[in-house]
Amino acid sequence: MNLDIRVPIGLLFLSLGALITGFGVVTHFTNPELYARSLDINVNIWWGLVMLAFGAAMFYYGRRATMRTAQAPSQAP
Amino acid sequence: MHTTLAWIDYLIMVIYFAFVLGIGFALKRYMKTSADFFLSGRSIPAWVAGLAFISANLGAQEVIGMAASGAKYGLATSHLYWLGAIPAMAFVGIFMMPFYYGSRARSVPEYLRLRFDEKTRGLNAIAFALMTVMSSGISMYAMALLIENLHIFDSLMQSLGLPMSWIFHLSIVVAAIITLGYVYLGGLTSAIYNEVLQFFLIVAGFFPLVLLGLKNVGGWDGLVQKVPNGFTHVWQGMTSAETSPLGVEVFGLAMGLGFVLSFGYWCTDFLVVQRAMAADSMSAARRTPLIAAVPKMIFPFLVILPGLIAVSLPTPTAVEGTTVSKAEAMGKGIIPAKLDASGEVKLDTDGKPVLDYDRAIPNMLLHYLPTGMLGLGLTALLASFMSGMAGNITAFNTVWTFDIYQAYIKPQASDKHYLWMGHFATLFGTLVSIAAAYVATSFNNIMDLLQLVFACVNAPLLATFLLGMFWKRATANGAFYGLLAGITAAAIHHGVSLPQGSTAGVKGGWISYLWSGVPITSYRNEMAQNFWAAIYAWTVCFVVTIVVSFFTKPHREEDLTGLVYSLTPRIVEHNVVWYKKPEAFGVVVVLAAIALNVIFR
Repeated sequence: MNLDIRVPIGLLFLSLGALITGFGVVTHFTNPELYARSLDINVNIWWGLVMLAFGAAMFYYGRRATMRTAQAPSQAP
Repeated sequence: MHTTLAWIDYLIMVIYFAFVLGIGFALKRYMKTSADFFLSGRSIPAWVAGLAFISANLGAQEVIGMAASGAKYGLATSHLYWLGAIPAMAFVGIFMMPFYYGSRARSVPEYLRLRFDEKTRGLNAIAFALMTVMSSGISMYAMALLIENLHIFDSLMQSLGLPMSWIFHLSIVVAAIITLGYVYLGGLTSAIYNEVLQFFLIVAGFFPLVLLGLKNVGGWDGLVQKVPNGFTHVWQGMTSAETSPLGVEVFGLAMGLGFVLSFGYWCTDFLVVQRAMAADSMSAARRTPLIAAVPKMIFPFLVILPGLIAVSLPTPTAVEGTTVSKAEAMGKGIIPAKLDASGEVKLDTDGKPVLDYDRAIPNMLLHYLPTGMLGLGLTALLASFMSGMAGNITAFNTVWTFDIYQAYIKPQASDKHYLWMGHFATLFGTLVSIAAAYVATSFNNIMDLLQLVFACVNAPLLATFLLGMFWKRATANGAFYGLLAGITAAAIHHGVSLPQGSTAGVKGGWISYLWSGVPITSYRNEMAQNFWAAIYAWTVCFVVTIVVSFFTKPHREEDLTGLVYSLTPRIVEHNVVWYKKPEAFGVVVVLAAIALNVIFR
């Protein structure tokens, strides 16, 4: 199977992470009272960044593995 | 606690839906043979199979139910993990997987045919197929009911001009179509890939919740002070059924949960075993349940802890300018009381309000997560529902196609035909699940019924498998009549026992009811009744199988190579690091589970 699952997982976390971080940065200035329920911590920014980092790592390793399989022709005829 | 979702919350859900379907589309072109569709061409790496193994089991009932149980009984709920899963997962990986994977059987019932005979397989296949579609239907029902009660989509429905009563139907239809879509397109591979994706999403959605909750209550020490006494201990009061938070004493717990039910599920249930069977090598198949055991061990902190935090928070009271509903004010922490049909708070026989523990996780999400993260948390909840359902559907379509359709309806067809049947079975399996979900709406005891079916099917089956794999003298007739006797024993036990405070009927006691109206045995709760049903069913099956086997002709030994422990060459793996050796990995996993029990005793 040529689809390494880490690639779609990486892409999903990258897109959700970017979206949530971006939203967190904007609301940090426009609507800070949004974070009253999360103990005044802007979890959108912090957790969004964690998701971005995780997504980037997943995507990187998934891509690297895919490249390697593409370079080394498979043993199957 | 009513919250409306913002555009970003919807967008997160939509992106998630696009990805799960996208994976299905990307895999569609690889689905050329029935082996691709049902077995992923036996090409899944160990870590992917391992995470899918855990995620397929992490369905709706688990995420909602474990937090509910945590709020109700405290950390003692962890028994369902550390005692009720880890040892069994280590056992199936080390001792049983060589026969499942090595026999090249395509399903658990097919192994029974290879080891015993056709009728034993038929009995198991039919019971299993029924059980899977039923449980998939029930989890759909639970999901739709939850979404309806949360009122999170009310504003969306309003702006679309649709009636509120449609939320329930739409939840079922949308979840079913998406799950059906990706399984139909990419078969087992698609289900497994999505289970891994869903696993990470569930962790990403619930982990910040635990962090925020713990910070809010003042860390672990703060939590210990705020919850009822004993709630943060696993073993306190376990010596007798009267003081045990679970209503079961040590023997019933160790034997019923730790041995029969847990081994019965993790070692014989095709839903999980199928993930390991799809692994790319024997070594990977054996490591699949062990890799799964690592996150499984940590899950109590992810799914049970939110329940504890939910009861430790102050119960909402009306302060100036806010209103608090009756259900919230009569609740405990942020867990509301249940309301009856007339809108009044339900009271139990002691006059205390009945709490709606299933709201623990969803209310925690609404309590702590702001717009944005809330979308992620709700998506994680949806992901858990969908991964559980997809697990059921893929197990169903395989057992249906290989063990019922190919075995009894159309034996000699082309591979292409069975591939077509697999697609078709995915479709009608989903339709039957939807039907089961609607049966559940009008028959609310269906959950108890499923528990009963589970104890009747899985518990005796464990005895059959243990004898089949480790005792070469066990015969086909021994296995078949042992299974029948075990199932009958579970049914009779159910007929003469009743949990306290229940009336005879679906909950048990129906046989003694016909006699005198008094059940012979009474248990403190359904869990205790269930554990003991499993113990009786297992013992009867074990004894009957042995006795009948001695009176019937043994199998020829050469037919049992690769199927029975004593007749199969041991697998020795040289020159690999310890974590690639199933035995070493298994020992580490079990030791870690013991350490957790000691730390949180």
